[in-house]
Amino acid sequence: MIETKNLVKTFRNGSVETSVLKGIDFSAKAGEFIAIMGRSGAGKSTFLYQISLLDDPTSGEIILDDQKTFEMTTDQKTAFRLSKCGYVFQDYALLPELTALENVVLPLLMQNIPSKIAYAKATEALTKVRLGHRLGSLPTYLSGGEQQRASIARAVAHHPKILFADEPTANLDNESSEIVMSIFQELHKEGQTIVMVTHEEQYAKMTERIVRLDDGKLIGAS
Amino acid sequence: MLSWLNIRIGFFLAWRQLRRASKWTTGLILFVMILTFLNLVVVSGILVGLIQGSIDAHREQYSSDVIISTLNDKAYIENSPQILGVIESQPGLQAYTARYSAGGSVEANYKTRKDTDKPNVAATQIVGIDPAAEDTVTHLAKYVVDGSYLSATDYDQVLIGSFLLKQYIPVDNPGFAALDHVEVGTKIRMDVNGTLREVTVKGILKSKVDNVSRNVYMVNSQFRSLIGRTDGNVAEIAIKLKPGADPIVFRDALIRSGVAKVAKVQTYVDAQPKFLKDIVATFATLGNMLSSIGLVVASITIFIVIFINALTRKKFIGILKGIGINGPAIEISYIFQSIFYAVVGSGIGVLLVYGFLVPLFHAHPIDFPFSDGILVAPFNETLIRMGLLVLSTVIAGYIPARMIVRKNTLDSILGRN
Repeated sequence: MIETKNLVKTFRNGSVETSVLKGIDFSAKAGEFIAIMGRSGAGKSTFLYQISLLDDPTSGEIILDDQKTFEMTTDQKTAFRLSKCGYVFQDYALLPELTALENVVLPLLMQNIPSKIAYAKATEALTKVRLGHRLGSLPTYLSGGEQQRASIARAVAHHPKILFADEPTANLDNESSEIVMSIFQELHKEGQTIVMVTHEEQYAKMTERIVRLDDGKLIGAS
Repeated sequence: MLSWLNIRIGFFLAWRQLRRASKWTTGLILFVMILTFLNLVVVSGILVGLIQGSIDAHREQYSSDVIISTLNDKAYIENSPQILGVIESQPGLQAYTARYSAGGSVEANYKTRKDTDKPNVAATQIVGIDPAAEDTVTHLAKYVVDGSYLSATDYDQVLIGSFLLKQYIPVDNPGFAALDHVEVGTKIRMDVNGTLREVTVKGILKSKVDNVSRNVYMVNSQFRSLIGRTDGNVAEIAIKLKPGADPIVFRDALIRSGVAKVAKVQTYVDAQPKFLKDIVATFATLGNMLSSIGLVVASITIFIVIFINALTRKKFIGILKGIGINGPAIEISYIFQSIFYAVVGSGIGVLLVYGFLVPLFHAHPIDFPFSDGILVAPFNETLIRMGLLVLSTVIAGYIPARMIVRKNTLDSILGRN
C-alpha cells in the first residue's frame, strides 16, 4: 500500500542544508495501523508529509496504492489526495466558516458526488464518530475532542485507501484522546490503513506496528 | 479552471464565507464599493449635468423644443403669418410664441446727466412678445424677481434682464455695460435704429440663460409701433411640443413644408452653440478620467481586502488544498466574493443614484454661477460603469487569491512563508 525507497528530504536555508530524512526505506501493507514515533526533531512529521503527498521529497521514491508518485503532477497529487487519502491534523484543521457537516461534505462534493448522497455520507460519518447531534455546529462551538472527531469524519467519509494522522491526540485531554483512539481502532478493524505520528507511547501501543525514527533514519520497528 | 465542479465548490465556499463573515467587515467593504460606484457615476454625472442644466434651461426658458429664426442675411422671417399657419397645422404642436427682435440700447441717466457726463448706456436685444403666449411656452413670468410680468395692454412698459443692471452683477464686466440705479418703476430710454422711446421698468428678469437676462422685453404691439412694422413678420418662433412628440420629426415636417426657404428651422439640440457641445464632450472626458481613477482606487481596495482575507486564511487555503480541493475552485470562491461585493455595492449605488440622488438634484439643482447643475446619469452608461467596476473587482480579487493559492500547500498549512 505504501512504499518508500531511499527517501531523502533536505531543507535549504541560504547556503545551509539540513537533512531531515536520510534515505528511508519503508513499507506498509493495506489494512495496517502504524504508529510513527521518535523524539522531537527526529523527522516523523516530515516523513508523514512526504508519504501523504503534502510535500515533495528531495529524492527517493514513494509508491502509494501501486502508483509511483514522483511521476505525478501537482494536480494529479491533489486528485490523489482527494480520492485516496484522508488527513487528521494535530490542530483539527476544520474550516471555521463551515459547520461540522459542511466540513465533512466538502471533499465529497469535490469528488463530484451528487449533493444528496454526499450529505448522507457526511451525516453517516459524523454519526459514526458520535457527532450526529452536532451536524450544524460551527467548529468554534465544538470542544477540542469534538473538533478532532469531526476532522476524522471528514478524513474517512469518502472511504480513503490510507488515513494519515499527525499527532491527533496531542491537543486533547485523556478522555478525548481515548475516544479518538477508539475510533481509529474501529476504523482499523474495518480494514482502514492508518499511519499515525505520535509521541505518546500509550497510544502508539494501541496500533499494530510502531516505526521509530531518529535523526532522519528508521531505527527499528516493533 | 472553469469547470462546473470548480464553480460549484467555489460558490459553496464563497457563500459560506460571506454568510459567516463579520457583518462589520462586510458592511465596510460594501460601503467602500458604494462610494466607489458613486464616485464613478456621480462625479462625471455632475460635470456633465453642469452643462446639461444650462442646455435644459436654454430649452425651457428660450428655445423651447423647436426654434425658427431668421436666415443669416435677413432681419426677420419673411411671410411669418403663413409660417405660423403651417406651424398651427402640424401634429404634435402644444404652443408657440412669436417674437419680434431688434438690436438697440437702453439708457438710464439721460434725464439727469450733464453734457460732460458719460451716458449710462447698455447695448441689448429688444424683444417684442405676446406675454401670454411667451409665458405658455417659456414660463417667462416665473423669472420675474422684482416687479411684475407684462400684460397684453401694457403701454411703454418693459421687463429688463438682470445682466443689464449693475446691482445684479457681482463683478464689473468690461465687455458688457450695465445700467446703474435702475429698478422697478425707473424710466429708461430705448434706442432702436435711431428711434427713441421712454419706457418704464415693470419687472426685472433674472435667469442663468443669457438670452433672457441680457434682453429687454416689451409687448409685441408696442414693439411694432416702435420699429414701424405692420407686416407681422417676426424674428423668432419658439415652438413647444406635446409630451412625447419628437422635435426632429416636427422640424423635418416644417422643412418639408418649405419653411426652411425663409428661415432656419432647428431643434433645441441643433440650436446649441458649438462651444456648448464641445464643453459637454470635454466634461464627459474629464468625468471619464476621474472615473478611471475611481476604478483604479476600487481595484486596489478590493485587491487589499482580498489579499488580507486570503493571507489571514492562508492556513485554511493550505488545508483545503491538502484535503484535495482544487486551486481553481478556491480561486473561484474569491472571485465569487469579489463579484458579491461589486454587484451588491454597485446595486445599492444604483438604488441611491436613481432613487435618491437624481430626484434630489432635479428638485434642488446645484446653484452654479451659469447653470442649475443636475445629475446626468443615463442608465445604459451607468450599467457600463457597473460592468467595469465588477470586471475590475473580479480581476483585483482573483490576483491575490491566486498568489496565495499558488503557495506550497504544506508551507500554507504550517504557516511558513
